[in-house]
Amino acid sequence: MADRPLALPLVPLEALGRWAIGVVLALGRFGTFMLLALGTIVTPPFKLRAFADRINYIGFRSLLIILLTGAFTGMVLGLQLYLTLTRFGSEAFLGPAVALSLIRELGPVLAALMVTGRAGSALTAEIGIMRITEQIDALTVMALNPFRYLVAPSILAGLVTFPLMTALFNVVGIFGGYVVGVELFGLSQGTYFGEMQTFVDMRDIMTGFWKSVSFGIIVTWVCTYKGFHVGHGAEGVARATTQAVVLSSVLILVWDYFLGSVLP
Amino acid sequence: MIKVEGITKSFGGQPVLRGVDLEVPDGSITVIIGRSGGGKTVFLRHMIGLLRPDTGRILLDGVDLTQLHGRDLDRVRDRYGVVFQGGALFDSLTCAENVAFPLREKTRLRRGEIADRVATSLARVGLADIAGKYPAEVSGGMRKRVAIARALVTEPAIVFFDEPTTGLDPVLVNTIHRLIVELHRRLHFTAVMVSHEIPEIFEIADSVAMLHEGRIVEVGPAAAIQASPNPIVQRFIHGEPEERS
Repeated sequence: MADRPLALPLVPLEALGRWAIGVVLALGRFGTFMLLALGTIVTPPFKLRAFADRINYIGFRSLLIILLTGAFTGMVLGLQLYLTLTRFGSEAFLGPAVALSLIRELGPVLAALMVTGRAGSALTAEIGIMRITEQIDALTVMALNPFRYLVAPSILAGLVTFPLMTALFNVVGIFGGYVVGVELFGLSQGTYFGEMQTFVDMRDIMTGFWKSVSFGIIVTWVCTYKGFHVGHGAEGVARATTQAVVLSSVLILVWDYFLGSVLP
Repeated sequence: MIKVEGITKSFGGQPVLRGVDLEVPDGSITVIIGRSGGGKTVFLRHMIGLLRPDTGRILLDGVDLTQLHGRDLDRVRDRYGVVFQGGALFDSLTCAENVAFPLREKTRLRRGEIADRVATSLARVGLADIAGKYPAEVSGGMRKRVAIARALVTEPAIVFFDEPTTGLDPVLVNTIHRLIVELHRRLHFTAVMVSHEIPEIFEIADSVAMLHEGRIVEVGPAAAIQASPNPIVQRFIHGEPEERS
């Protein structure tokens, strides 16, 4: 039986309802995907080779971009903060200002954004191509769980590599600030590092650590999900890759705000 | 024996399978023919458990596959080998590693034994010399043969071929068909093949089923299908466009 046409004022309401149902369904699929992945993360057999491969794919191959962006972020921070702090006669606080900005905020966020751009997009594209070329179906019909081979190792690798990448980003960034503050503007080395030791404590480091861990999960979750649920053909892969990068980046910034307001 | 009873499947309200019935006897080569976009691959994907029907049953030795999940379904799949349309070889593995993959992941065979079986499988399909090459480095025909070697390396009871000769030249089509027949004779598996290689498939099929608009409209031995009075079958075999009503 055909549906009766709705009264005109109800049409937008119907569209809103349809949209809301679509959003709830998508969230349900997204959540179920993570539950299935968690199931394969905590139950044997563990795919150590695939895990090592993902560490290399997500972490090691992102090293150069992390080092480069970390160094320049630190140098920009050093430059801008030095010029600002000089106005208040507080240039002695350049070290802690650079370190706190990096450790609490910029390090985890920028490192995560960089790894998303380099490895997250590649992860979505790789899994997406495996989907459209039936490689994932091939795993399934071999009675092998594709989550165990593709998703679980990626999420675990994200969990391990994001904090490490963030730590590297922070260290290189702090030295970038050092180059500008100490080598360029002549601030004393002792002041730069001494004040840093006074003002940066373990809570700051843990805040950055928890952020980077959660970003690692978010990025690998989103990127593997988008690769798994890719559309048809090359266009589908391209769209999924773009969506994965955009969604990951937005979630990184939103989650960063929430964590920033909850963590000490 | 595989027995399919009244399978229906719709996508977004669009019916693709409208009640498919088919019997595949053990040890036979059954070929499903039909026009492109007619639901052949969708039907095959139901038989290998990648899709679930809206209604109907797929019985394998009396067990309804449509009711199986998880490990029970995996146990059935352990008896399967599947050759996908594009081969579905893993890009990151060499041809030999692709063939070794199911053995490495699903059996407790030692490395040496796996290497021996991989070498035998590749030799069987005439590709002993490309073991170390990646799928991207070999031709389309070779990829299909590696895919056949991978599907057969675990010695499955039932092998599904999804258009194994699509995109190949006539010489390679015959080569692949001859290879399938030879392997079938040697390994005695049940073969279910989706193809639209007319008339070549009539030489290799024990049984041919014509799928048209979501239904099997004719099924029988190759000779009977070729001589069928059914105008849909005859138009398809002779490549004539359908009459518009």
